[in-house]
This record gives sequence, structure tokens and C-alpha cells, in this order.
Amino acid sequence: MRTDDLIKALDADARSTAMPLGSAWWIGAGVATVIAAVVFWLAIGPRTDIATAMQTMRFLAKFVFTTALAVSAFALIRALSTPGASTSRAAARMIAAPLLVAVAVVLELFAVPSTEWGTRLIGSNLVICLTFIPLIGIGPLAVFLAVLRYGAPTRPVLAGTVAGLLAGGLAATFYAAHCFDDSPLFVATWYTIAIAILAALGALGARLFVRW
Amino acid sequence: MTGNDEAELSRLMRAAIAGDEKAYADFLRRTAALVRGFIRRKIVQGGVDPEDVVQETLLAIHVKRHTWRQDLAVLPWVYAIARFKLIDAFRRRGRRIEIEIDEIAETFAEPEADTVSERDINRALDGLPPAQRSVVSSVSVEGCSVSETAAKFGISETAVRVSLHRGLAAIAKRFGAKQFGRAKQFKRAKQFKRE
Repeated sequence: MRTDDLIKALDADARSTAMPLGSAWWIGAGVATVIAAVVFWLAIGPRTDIATAMQTMRFLAKFVFTTALAVSAFALIRALSTPGASTSRAAARMIAAPLLVAVAVVLELFAVPSTEWGTRLIGSNLVICLTFIPLIGIGPLAVFLAVLRYGAPTRPVLAGTVAGLLAGGLAATFYAAHCFDDSPLFVATWYTIAIAILAALGALGARLFVRW
Repeated sequence: MTGNDEAELSRLMRAAIAGDEKAYADFLRRTAALVRGFIRRKIVQGGVDPEDVVQETLLAIHVKRHTWRQDLAVLPWVYAIARFKLIDAFRRRGRRIEIEIDEIAETFAEPEADTVSERDINRALDGLPPAQRSVVSSVSVEGCSVSETAAKFGISETAVRVSLHRGLAAIAKRFGAKQFGRAKQFKRAKQFKRE
């Protein structure tokens, strides 16, 4: 088939339309949030003392970290799934969540005597954290990989990793409402590991499924 | 002039999205010329046929045109897709090379192996279900319009459009699939045995 012949065929198919990728991302984000919410309520639900917890800085700070991660990852993944789009600004903003956590860790180290650092770091929910963040995030991750496939990421593995970070940020936002360990020392350690698991799964999933 | 290309191509693409088929054909032809130049500059050693990559890029541009935003420059979008498809072609070639060592004698006996009929896209076309394949080749190789094709096969124009759309999407997917390189080797090996 000559290239001119191919162009004839493509032109004859010009009228077929597909949803713009930008809309697909918003729908994907909505579906992923619903999935995460359902899994969260069915599996663990919020902690019983949530009303009192909401008045503490440490509890609220967790949501700042996790939504910062989700929001910045969402912007980056949209850029990564569009060929030729500039990603540098969105990539630079990914520093926000780690930076906020780092500041909180430093403040915590000043606020709490060093004898208590160990207990706060280990917490009491470590296994639950490492189980449920990936569990809540796995459905959203599948949704994000599907949208990536619909898009055209020229760096699929990187985009898959960011999909994992996005799913991790979303899952951790829900999980944070359940967890009793509010210390930034706990969050910086175990949330990070749990989200990294999703990021690794995202990279692997993209390598296997995101081809175009 | 890149500036002119950008302005003209994005104007054509916007018109095409608004439903102007003539503009879309113009867009594709001009894009094909630009991509051809780009790919030929990038391929310095043999093994990858530039025109195969041009065709893959055009197909990818077509099936992924919903990823272009109107506020985005169109040329960086086009070249990013072309670069991605070029890297993909090299990757597949790396895989193919192992098998071609065995076939080297036959390759010598076939000096004219790389003809138009040897195109990657023809192999992808061959893999389609018969209904899609005949519609795609009617509209492309035979140059029939959608209505002529509908009359020829005694089906509705909508059916032609659906088959065409699915056929093109399937060809594009086949290009992207990892297995395509291997399927191609297999087919080629079979061809040699027949001769």
C-alpha cells in the first residue's frame, strides 16, 4: 500500500470522532475516586474518633500531603499522555508533596522528644497501611492505565509510574481518614513505601499494557 | 519554513476536526512530507524502511488525534509521535536481526525483496478479518469512495464507515503490538518456503 493510498483511507475515516483526551482524564479521575471510596468504605471505613481527630494539625496535615501528591501527579500524567506537550513545569511541581512531608518531619522532630521518635515512626498500623493503600489504589490504577492507553504516552513506563503515584495519592487520601498514626514520621515512612508499591505496579502495568 | 508549517498545519487540523475532509487530506499529505524528511534524516543505517515508519506515524496520528489539544502547537505533537514510532521500529528491528542471520542466503537470492508489496502495512492489512480488509483496500488501494465501496459490496455506507474505522484501528494496534515483529518474521519465513 502506498502512503497516498493510506491517506485516502484515513481521510475517508475523518468523520469518526473520539472523546478528547482531556475529558477522558476527568472521567477517569471521577471513576477512580468512586472505586477508591467504595473499597475504602467496604474494607476499613473512617476511624471512629474522626470528629476529634479533625481538630488536630497532624491528622489534617496528612490530607494536605496526599492531595498535593494526587493533584500534582494528575497534572503530570495529563501532560505525559499528550505527545509533544511540555512536562517540565508539571514535573517540577511533583516536588510539592515530598517537600511538605519533609518540612513536617523536621517540625515533628523538634516537637517530640527523641525518645519517642521510634514509637511514632513504627506506629500501630504499619501492616494495615502497607496492605490497604495498595488495595484501595489498585482499582484506580487500572483506570488510569486504561486512560493512558487511550492517550499516547511517548514514555509509557514513566507515565505508568506517575499513574501509580496518582493512584497512591488518591488511595492514601482515603486511607488517612482511617489511620490512627498521624505522626509525619509514620506518614513519611510507611505511606511512601505503600505508594511506591503502586508506582512500581504502574510502571510494570504500563510496560505490559500501554502500547500504541 | 517551520513557522508557516505550524500555522498552516494547525489551521488544517482545526478545520479537519470541525468536519472538513478536504482539509484533513491536505493535513495528512503535508504531514507525511514533513515526517518523511524527519525520518529519512534520522535513519542513517539500513534495515528500517523510512516509508514504513512514515505510514505507522500517519496511522498513529489518525487514531490518536483526540490527544491533540487545539491550544497546543501541532508540529511538536506530530514529531513526538514520529520519534516514538521510529524508536519502536528500531526496537523491532533489533528483534528481527537474530532471525535474519539464518535467512541470509535467501535474502541474497531475493535482491528485489523490498518492493511496495513488502510494506509492513500490507502484512497488517492481511491480518484483518475479510470484511474489514476488503473495505480498507477498496477505499485505499483501489481508491473508491465510501459510497462506491458501499455499492460494490452491497452494504450501507454506515457499515463501510464502521468496517473502515475498525480496520484502521486494528492495523494501528498491530503496529503497536510487540508481537507484530515476530508475526512478520513468521510470515516471511513461510513465504520463502513456498518459493
